[in-house]
Formats: sequence, C-alpha cells, structure tokens
Amino acid sequence: MFRTGLFTAAVAAALGSAGGAFAQSTATTVYMPAVLELSGSGAVSGTNFRDGMVMAVEEINAKGGILGRKIDMPLLDTQSEAGIARSQVQKVLDNKPYVVLGPVFSGSVLTAMLLTQQAEIPELVGGEASAITQKNNPYVFRTSFGQQFSMPKIANYFRDGLKAKTVAVLWVNNDFGKGGRDNFVKEMASRNIKVVGDVSTEAGQADFSADVVKIKAANADAIFVYTNEEESARFLREAKKQGLKTPLIGETTLLGQKVIDLSEGAANGVKGHVGLTVDAPNQAVKDFAERFKKRFNYVCDHNGIKGYTGIYFIKHVTEKIGKFDSKAFSEAAHGITITPAQEPGILMEATWDKNGDIDRESFLGEVVDGKQKIIEVLPKLGIK
Amino acid sequence: MASFIQLVVSGLATGAIYALVAVGFTLLWQTSQTINFAQGEFVMLPAFFILASMNAGAPFWLACLIGVALSILVLGVMFKFIVVDPMLKHGVLPLVISTIALAILLKETVKDFYSSQAQPFPALVPASDLHVFGAVVSTQSLAVLAVAIVTVVALHLALNKTRLGRMMQATAQNSTLAQILGVPVRRMVLYTFLVNAVLVAIASILISPIYLAKFTNGETLGMAAFLAAIIGGFNQVRGAILGGFILGVLDNLSAAYISSQYRGAFPLLILIVVILLRPQGLVGRVEERTV
Amino acid sequence: MNRAGAFAVGAAAVFAVVLPFFLKPFGIYLISLWAVLTVAAIGLNLTLGYAGQVSLAQGAFVGIGAYVVALLTQAGLPYPLAFLAAGALCFAIGWLLGYPALRVQHHYLAFVTLAFTTLVFLFLRNEEWLTGGIYGINAIARPTLLGWSTGKALDFYFFCLGTLGVLALATWWMLRSPWGRAFVALRENPIRALSLGLDTRRYTLMAFAFGSSLGGLSGALFAPLVQFIEPSSFGLGRSFDLLLMVIVGGSGYFFGPFVGALISVLLPEWLRVTEGYYLIVYAAMVMVLMAFCPSGVIGLVERAAKAVTRWRSGKPALRPESTSP
Repeated sequence: MFRTGLFTAAVAAALGSAGGAFAQSTATTVYMPAVLELSGSGAVSGTNFRDGMVMAVEEINAKGGILGRKIDMPLLDTQSEAGIARSQVQKVLDNKPYVVLGPVFSGSVLTAMLLTQQAEIPELVGGEASAITQKNNPYVFRTSFGQQFSMPKIANYFRDGLKAKTVAVLWVNNDFGKGGRDNFVKEMASRNIKVVGDVSTEAGQADFSADVVKIKAANADAIFVYTNEEESARFLREAKKQGLKTPLIGETTLLGQKVIDLSEGAANGVKGHVGLTVDAPNQAVKDFAERFKKRFNYVCDHNGIKGYTGIYFIKHVTEKIGKFDSKAFSEAAHGITITPAQEPGILMEATWDKNGDIDRESFLGEVVDGKQKIIEVLPKLGIK
Repeated sequence: MASFIQLVVSGLATGAIYALVAVGFTLLWQTSQTINFAQGEFVMLPAFFILASMNAGAPFWLACLIGVALSILVLGVMFKFIVVDPMLKHGVLPLVISTIALAILLKETVKDFYSSQAQPFPALVPASDLHVFGAVVSTQSLAVLAVAIVTVVALHLALNKTRLGRMMQATAQNSTLAQILGVPVRRMVLYTFLVNAVLVAIASILISPIYLAKFTNGETLGMAAFLAAIIGGFNQVRGAILGGFILGVLDNLSAAYISSQYRGAFPLLILIVVILLRPQGLVGRVEERTV
Repeated sequence: MNRAGAFAVGAAAVFAVVLPFFLKPFGIYLISLWAVLTVAAIGLNLTLGYAGQVSLAQGAFVGIGAYVVALLTQAGLPYPLAFLAAGALCFAIGWLLGYPALRVQHHYLAFVTLAFTTLVFLFLRNEEWLTGGIYGINAIARPTLLGWSTGKALDFYFFCLGTLGVLALATWWMLRSPWGRAFVALRENPIRALSLGLDTRRYTLMAFAFGSSLGGLSGALFAPLVQFIEPSSFGLGRSFDLLLMVIVGGSGYFFGPFVGALISVLLPEWLRVTEGYYLIVYAAMVMVLMAFCPSGVIGLVERAAKAVTRWRSGKPALRPESTSP
C-alpha cells in the first residue's frame, strides 16, 4: 500500500510539473521561447545562436521592449535530437507563443515545422538545408542563406573566378555536410564541371591523412571543403603537411577566424564564399562583434549573427504591423526588406521572400597572413 | 606507392595514440576487473586541468606537472576510492554502469564549466615535418610514437623485472591466491589506478596539440581504446600496443582504398571476428573461465 | 505477486488511463514516449535482467523497427502488417546475431553488440537510396486502425498504452511458462541449470531474440509517435539510455523497465530547474544509485518495505546483504 501511494504521488508530482508552470504572454511581456541545441553534437551552433539572441533581447528590453512589452525568451534544450526538439516545440506551443525561435539543426527544424505550421505560429530557424523552405510552409523564416542560395554563388566562383574544369569535394557526413555536398554537386553538374573526387569525413575525425591522399590522387583543378570547424583546421594542417597545392575553397566556416587560429598558418591562401562573418567590412557588424566579445568572452561564429539579426527582424515586423498577431506577422514578413537605417539591429540589409528565404549581400574572401580579407562583395540575388 | 607509405606511417602515428590510451584500459581490466567506459574521458580531462592552470598564470611546464598531479588525485585516487571500491562488491555490472555515467559526468562538466569549443593546446615538441621514405610525418606524431614505445618497454620491464611489478601481475592473475601469499592486494590495485592516471595524463599532453582540447575527444578515443585492447589481446600490455597500431593503419587504409563512408565499419568487423574466433585477442593468453 | 503488489499495479493502470485527460498535448506526448520506450526496456530487461547478458544492441533494434515501419507504411502497406514485420525481422536478426555472439562471456557480448549497433547506424546513414540517409524520413503518418484514427495526441497515447499492455502481458505469460522459469534459473545459477540438463544457450538465445523483437516493436511505435526518424536517434546513445533505464528501474524485476523509463523520460523535466546541468545531475544520481542500491529503484523500494516490515514486527535489523546483479 505504502509503496503504491509513494510511487503514485511521485508520478503525479512529476507529470504535474511536466505539464504546467510555464510562461505565457502577459500584458507586459511577450512569450517567445527558444528551442535550441544546447547540448550534444550541435551545442556549439546552438549556444552561439542563443547568445546572439540573448544579446539582442537584452538590448531591446533595456529600451522598453517591443511595443511596450518586454521579451520573455525561455531556453529549451533539444539535446541535438530531432525527437526531443519536436517534444520541446510541442511543449511551448501548448502555451501559445508569439513566435518560436530555433532550432538550428536542419533535421530538428524539419520535424518542428510540422507542428508550428499546424499551430500557425511563425518559426525563426537557423537551419540551412534547402528542404526547409521547400515545404510550402508560410510560417518558417530563415536567418541565413539556405544552401540552395549559397551554393550557386560558390559554383559561379568556381566557374568564373577559378575557371575550374574539374573539382573535388570534401565534406562532413552529417545533414549539414551532406546537404551542402548534394547542392554543390548539383550546381557543378549544371555548369558542366566534372566532380572527380568525392570524399566524406566523419564529424570529430582527427586523422585526415587518408582523405588528403585521396584528394591529391583525384587531381582536380580546385577543391571544395565543407566540414565543421575543428575538422577544417585539422584537414588544412594535414593538407599543408602533405604539400597539397590545389586551391582550397570553402563556405564561411573554412575562412572563419576560429579555423584560421586553430590551423596555425595552414589556412593561408584559402578562399571562399562568406555569408555572415564578424570580419565583414561593415562597421555595424564589427561593432556587434566587439559588444558580443565583451559580453560573452568569446568570438561568435555566424550562428551568433543569425540569432541577433533574427530577433531584430521580429521586432521590426511586429512594430510595422503594430500588434502581436502571429498570422499578420507571417503576411507582413514575406517580401519585406529591412535596411540598417530603418533598424540598426539588422546589421546588413536583408530581404525575406515568399518562402521565408533570406537574401543579403555576401562576400568572397581570402585568408591572407592569418586574417580573413574580403576581396569582393557579392550583391543580393534579387529574389522576391 | 608513396601514398601507401604515407597512409601506413600516419596510421602508425595515430595508432600510437590509441595504444597509449588502450594500455591503461587494459591494466585496469586485468588487475581489478574494472571495465572503464570512461577511459576516453580520462584522456580528455587532464588537458583541461592544464589549460585551467595556464589560465591561472602557470607556465606550461608547471601546468603539465599540476595536470599530472591532479590526474593522479582525481582519476587515480578519487576514482578508486569513491567510484570503484563501493561498486566492486556489488559486481562488475554496476561498475560498468557507473563508468558509463562517469563518462557523461566528466564530459558535461567540462562542456558546461570550461567551454564547448575546441581549444588550442601548446605542443611539447615544436611542430615541423620530416620526410621519411617519401612520406611526411610530423614531429609531434613521432614524439607520440616514441613515448608510446618507451612507455610500453618501461611498463613491461617494471611488471616483469621488479618485485612490485610481479606482485601486481600476481594480483591480476589471481587476487585471492596472491593475498594468501602475502601480496598487499589492495595496495597493488591502487598502484594500477595511479599508473593509469599517469598514462592518461601523458597521453593527454601528447594528443591535445594534434586533436585540440575538446570535451568530445573522449568519445572516439574511448572507442579506439576498447577496440585496440580487445583486438590486440586485453590481458597483455603488448596486446594493447599491437591493437592500437593495427587500428590506426587499418582505419587509414580502409578509408583510402575501400570506402570513406564506411571507414568506421572495418575495425568493428575485425572486432566481431576476433571476439568470435579468438576472444583472447591476437597476442593474448587464453583465460580460464572463472566459475 | 502478493496482494499489495497487485493493488499497486491496478492503481497504476487506472492512473495511466485517467491521467492524460488532465494533461496538455506536451504531457500526453511525454507519457506516450514513456509507453513506447518501456516496450524496448522490457525487451532489454529479458536479456539483461533475466538472462543476465549485457546487450548494447537494443537501440539498433528500435531503429530497425522504426525504419521498417516508416518505409513500409510510406510504400502503402497497412500499419498492422508493418508492425508485425518489424517484430519478426528483429526477432530474426536477434537470433542470427545471438547465435554466435552468445558463445562469448558476458563482457564480450557488450562489445559485440556495441559493434553491431554502430554498424547498423552506418548502414542507415550511408544507404540513402533505401533509408533516406542522413536526412532521415519525415512526415510519417499515424495509423488508422479499423476506422479509428490515432492522429491526435490522446488517441495515439491510448494506442501506445494498449500495445504496451498487450506486449507486457505476453511477456508476463512467457515468464510464467516453463520456458520463462528456465530463464530465471539461468540467472540465479547457471552451473546448476546446466547440471539439470537445460540447454542454457538455447534459452538465452530465445530471450535475446524475443527481447530484440520487442525492441523492434518499440521502434514500430516510435516512428509514428515522433513522425520523423533519423539514423542518429538509434545509435549507441539510445542503447546506453535503454540500458540505464533497465538498471535504474531495477534489472530483473518485471516492473523495473516501467519505472526506469518513467524516470528517464521525466527526469529532464524534473531537473529543469538546474537549467541544462541536468545531465550532470542525472549521471551523478546514477552513480550514487549504483553505489547504494544496484538493484535499482524497485530494489530500493523493496529494501525500504522490508525494513519497514521488520521494524513493525519488532525484529532486529538485518545485516546489509550484498545484492548480486
């Protein structure tokens, strides 16, 4: 008897606490929960995204909030798992949020989207997989280029800038790397450039000697490298060690300061497309990077910028429609262009199209003497 | 041909790292029936002790000594008295579960209290590249190789030629009998833990410049340790070394010549084959089944 | 099972049926997840708690079951058939894996099953033409059974609960049968069992295969619950989770998996106050539990109940006995 009673009481308490006691919008606050990868394999991206958002929220709340209401942004951890992401999104939807923020991992975004679309709540995501904006969901909004936009820019550079006839691609075998590789290969095919080397690597891999040997043997005109940060650094070091002379081209990560530092000189000469970077030749971005470093004691990656500008995007659209109406938000957000003059927090001019994709200017960069140098500014694609 | 040599040489260098990690794992298993699922995290942790000491102002050499000392204290003494001893009387399984939980604990603690980002780690040996038989190998890798070999030889000599070493071996083979014969078994077991703590600290100092210090380092290293120990033969220190080298070279060769998507599969297949056909490992001694 | 135990189970069953009406969709999702994972834990408990073998393959079996159901239902097969297919396939694979693997001693089986799980993960991830690869399979529909649509949270929960009940009953019946009594004999005293003429390997193999098929059936429920599956959900992490569930709940006790799964699913919620440090707290708690009561929570409750009975009847306290795993 005693066992049953004790046990039942414990379960009831547990489930009671699981269901309730959570934030909701009130007269003075607006409920915008963030569901992010705060632990597990996505922890670095998730924590960067979170910190960018946190900084934006602090700035906005210090000035009175949005339309007089302070932003309430509780943080929920998906543990980098799609199943848990889904359950956390379910949890926050039970409390009627205004907008849902995150996740970053594309797999988690795709599964969460099913729920937010059903509930007709806008979702601001960090994922870059092309599929995210191809599901006819009027409530999903990106914070950075989808791979279907960044890859054509890079492919154009291979064709026009490098005049390459053959390429090899080195990629990390997770949904980020594979998605990028698939998009890249597609773009190469449509430009009649042959892919002569296709090397997959594992997340967390430390030894790249076999991969460099394979890539060298492919004898391509140029190599596209699409892995995460530490792996990029290790690859670059191994490539330098084995005397790989072929031009190495990357996408944002490969030219980031973190990779440059970790690779200890092996990154010099690397070129690539840079979407969002704290090294952009843009004073607003540089100031942001300074403030971020002071506040959090580390240099943020592009996920931090995504989070920060995302919050200001929400603020601007909300002020434009004058009320906290999730459906009206969606309608107003499609097709909107926000300039730094209108909203300094947006840092760079950005347009959101009818699918929720974002269009911004981006850059071609090169690593010179241990620093990222922007060699060309690429204009917006001009999507509507 | 040059690339084949490159793969083998790099594989041996990586294999030396695996070997170092596997040796301690093997020792613990042999002497105290401790299957330490947290061995990978044990290698990850000392690097952070050292980085924290350096942040507090210590020069690198001092930080390394502090790191080794803390490693002995935490991963040797505390591990034995707080984790292993209370569990062992309940049997091997609770201890296995505890080490699994310990691995999670160490990993998350480093991630939350130090950093989730990879940290550069200063190298003991200045990084430069040597050309050996047409292949390029870094001096750091050579250093790891050298230390691994020296460690094994030293351990082998210590275990076989000194009285202390023979007492430790006796404890490993049959602790009841050893106790009857007057071997201070509990102390011998403690020494094994201390030796492991020192080995993982050394491994950490050697590996972190190459791998970069990150809280997730334990996962791959731990797995490699288990594979190396079992394939080589877990009841011989030589087995751990052989297993490590085989693993390193095999991983490279299979990635380059067979499939990079399935590179992780080959060591696992070898493991299954070894366990089914020759469970004592390639150079291990056959164990009597204890009833 | 004595009267107090039967009453406890009955009360818990009523509770399980009534509770969801008081919960929001998220709460209902949690208890559905509990029901689904309990099925897998019951399977692992057969292998671990009763037959005494450490298996790290259960996560892979959940994955195989999930993928079988997702692929077959998206190809048009009715759910009940896919469900059975998942169970049957995992039984067969379990049998094939167990046949050679159970020849080795306990701690080796852990490593063979560890290798198996990783190999399954690699297969699921790399064979994109079959499994969708790293991208996983999305938009898995919830089944409609005999006209009853399980799409909504409450309906699907009752579907999961019902399936759990049926499978738990089947397992209970199996354990009470002559086969089942042999399983228990194996764990208590393998030498004696051998000397009595039991073919220990055959019984252990059956346990392992049956446990694996329960893993597959759990996966068959998991796919329509989460409606999205990807290879990384079914790797070593999942296997360790299930192992911890069985141990923490109490391995070898019939209701251990129920308790263990409940703790595992609810703990992140309970520990929400620790703001993301909950994994550290969970790990520490597991270690403490292992030090003091390796027979898990149910073992703890049993000891407490025994202590209370002794105290009530005025008997002197027992010396602490070492509990064998």
